[in-house]
Amino acid sequence: MNKTWLVIQREYLTRVRKKSFIIMTVLGPILIAGGIALITWLSLQESTYQKILVIDDMQPIFDNLEDGNSFEFDYSSMEIEEAKKIFPNSEYTSLLWIQSNIDATNKALLYFKSQPSKMVLRSIEKKVEFVVENMKLKKFGIEREDYNKVRTDFTIIPYKYSDEGKEEKVLTEKAYVGFFFGILIYLFIFLYGVQVMRGVIEEKTNRIVEVVVTSIKPFQLMMGKIIGIALVGLTQFLIWVVLMVVFVTAAQSLIMSKKMDKVAAQAAVVENITQSNPGFPGSAIDMESAVNPKMDITSEDHLINRINWPLMIGMFLFYFLGGYLLYSALFAAIGAAVDNDTDTQQFMMPVTIPLLIAYFLSFMMVDNPESPAAFWGSIIPLTSPITMMIRIAMGIENSQIWELILSMVLLVGGFVFTTWLAAKIYRVGILMYGKKVNYKELWKWLKYGD
Amino acid sequence: MSSILNIESVSKAFASKAALQDVSLEIEKGTVFGLLGPNGAGKTTLIRIINRITAPDSGSVFFDGRPLSGDDIRKIGYLPEERGLYRKMKVGEQAVYLAMLKGMPRKDARRALAEWFERFEIISWWDKKIEELSKGMAQKIQFVTTVVHKPQLLILDEPFSGFDPINTQLIKNEILNLNKEGITIVFSTHNMSSVEEICQDIALINNSKLVLTGEVNEVRKKYKENIFELEYTGDAEAMDTLKNGNLSIVERNVMSDGSQKIRIKAKEETSLNQLLSAAIPKVEVHAAREILPSMNEVFINVVSEHNNPSNNSNDE
Repeated sequence: MNKTWLVIQREYLTRVRKKSFIIMTVLGPILIAGGIALITWLSLQESTYQKILVIDDMQPIFDNLEDGNSFEFDYSSMEIEEAKKIFPNSEYTSLLWIQSNIDATNKALLYFKSQPSKMVLRSIEKKVEFVVENMKLKKFGIEREDYNKVRTDFTIIPYKYSDEGKEEKVLTEKAYVGFFFGILIYLFIFLYGVQVMRGVIEEKTNRIVEVVVTSIKPFQLMMGKIIGIALVGLTQFLIWVVLMVVFVTAAQSLIMSKKMDKVAAQAAVVENITQSNPGFPGSAIDMESAVNPKMDITSEDHLINRINWPLMIGMFLFYFLGGYLLYSALFAAIGAAVDNDTDTQQFMMPVTIPLLIAYFLSFMMVDNPESPAAFWGSIIPLTSPITMMIRIAMGIENSQIWELILSMVLLVGGFVFTTWLAAKIYRVGILMYGKKVNYKELWKWLKYGD
Repeated sequence: MSSILNIESVSKAFASKAALQDVSLEIEKGTVFGLLGPNGAGKTTLIRIINRITAPDSGSVFFDGRPLSGDDIRKIGYLPEERGLYRKMKVGEQAVYLAMLKGMPRKDARRALAEWFERFEIISWWDKKIEELSKGMAQKIQFVTTVVHKPQLLILDEPFSGFDPINTQLIKNEILNLNKEGITIVFSTHNMSSVEEICQDIALINNSKLVLTGEVNEVRKKYKENIFELEYTGDAEAMDTLKNGNLSIVERNVMSDGSQKIRIKAKEETSLNQLLSAAIPKVEVHAAREILPSMNEVFINVVSEHNNPSNNSNDE
């Protein structure tokens, strides 16, 4: 144990003292914050001002469309074929073709030079829709006033009714918080798992491993490396959290009122990240809500108060470590089986695929958190470290506690198993040079004696 | 003298391929022992078993009379053939780490390493990274890390590869010094002239089997081919008359002063005395000696004989 501790120390200190570690640790939060800001800014930018030429086959109905903020209409009596010919060299950026059967098809074609954003396109649709509606109203002899009376925008608001009789509006926001933590675990498993693999390959190609294993058991060496690197990851994570809090509080005190306390600042980060990222469905609509009363953390409805944070943070650490231990053991085995980085490809596949599945599963779970796929994904240890985060964020009911416990037990069992498996491959692999290894060979190694 | 290492009918197989079959060896305390054999014969496997890197399938290893245990590892120093260090780590830090892994407390490790570094005049490298050093320099450091914990048994696999002649001499002297201090040395090499120079006993492994073991000179005598070298003056043809069927001249040189130097091979077991008593009446003998085969010849001879038992030219 004493010697494992020596290995842990070495792995930790050599990594933490590296320039690249210090730079990444300081720049990481800045880069992430900057990246998010950049994406938000870019998504808010309207691409180009659209000058749209309307070709109206139903003349003269579409001759008075309302211009928008970033687009204007112009009209021509040209045939579409003719218009298409002049279009490339014209000043127009788009060509809107209204066919004569528009009231039947409810469709029009837009030819563009540079693609209008979804928001602009929707805005254009609204303008055309208004005219088409007018056409239909006239046709059926209905007044717009009457039409507005009948017209209904219907919504169902889903409320979660828990076993304890608590009701709560189901909002995907909570799932996004879990998603954020899940992605964090995903990234750490990848980043640090690969570091374990690299470390093993380094020791193997350096040939130092043969000297080291005379003083220490291969298993101790492997575990020392895995634990040492886990500590590096936790250190980096801790520094990031501290830096983030510092940055955000600084930014908040600049922008917002002084009242905001630290917790709220953190929450705002989480919320902003989940809301402003255009990769998440529905983010565009949430943009306006950035300044709405939801920001008031005293409200019981505020996101911050609807998540069980002690459970969330505790489980995050548990699944973070469990997932890391499970995968890094596999990464260590890969490192031991190959002679250099380029040979890792064939063995990386089966390890990366479950991680990717977990990643896509969590996307799906944001929309459908109680599907069977979500259940199995959060129970199976290969995917649970990432997907379980979403379920925890959304709240675990008493009747579901057994699922959480089962998932945790399986994860512990999972990493014990992968560590056992990896140790068998590792102790043979590290001393095997210049041999192309395949799965059949690995299978043989599992059966070797000590 | 008692033995420091006793290997008793050790066997080891990887999957179905045998790496060692029923190998038994005894290494005397304080000797320099040569472990010889062609590539892939099983030497490295045997060394790894001694180092407890791998365990034998059957058989046992005794260290200093007791079964080899984990505690004995700190009494062994091992310099593998494929050697290396952490390239990005500083020399001193790395040497201390390796010494501590062997069980030395940090303070002792630093002190002992500083002594060795002074001795090799490399103390200025302490804070350099390995990647900044040349291969030969790194080898020196590796040698120091192998011996710093004062092992009782030192296992050196091709210790001279990668050294220039000056450093080879330096390392060779250090090895012999350590041996004088009572450290037993197991020395695995393909360089047969260095075996003759520094080893007392040898073992030869071929195809996972121990094929030859014993004291170096005994081994060479065992494989002697009854060749004698004779320097004399006198009638050049006179020696031809000795060739009464038993003797044949295999080589003849005329020296600048007119004397002759010949090599004679006897077909049957002949002593130098017998040869001299035949020669003295005919010529004036200046020098005479029996030519023993070099370890190199013994090696080639034994290995090829073992691989092709049919062309059996030497009786065991």
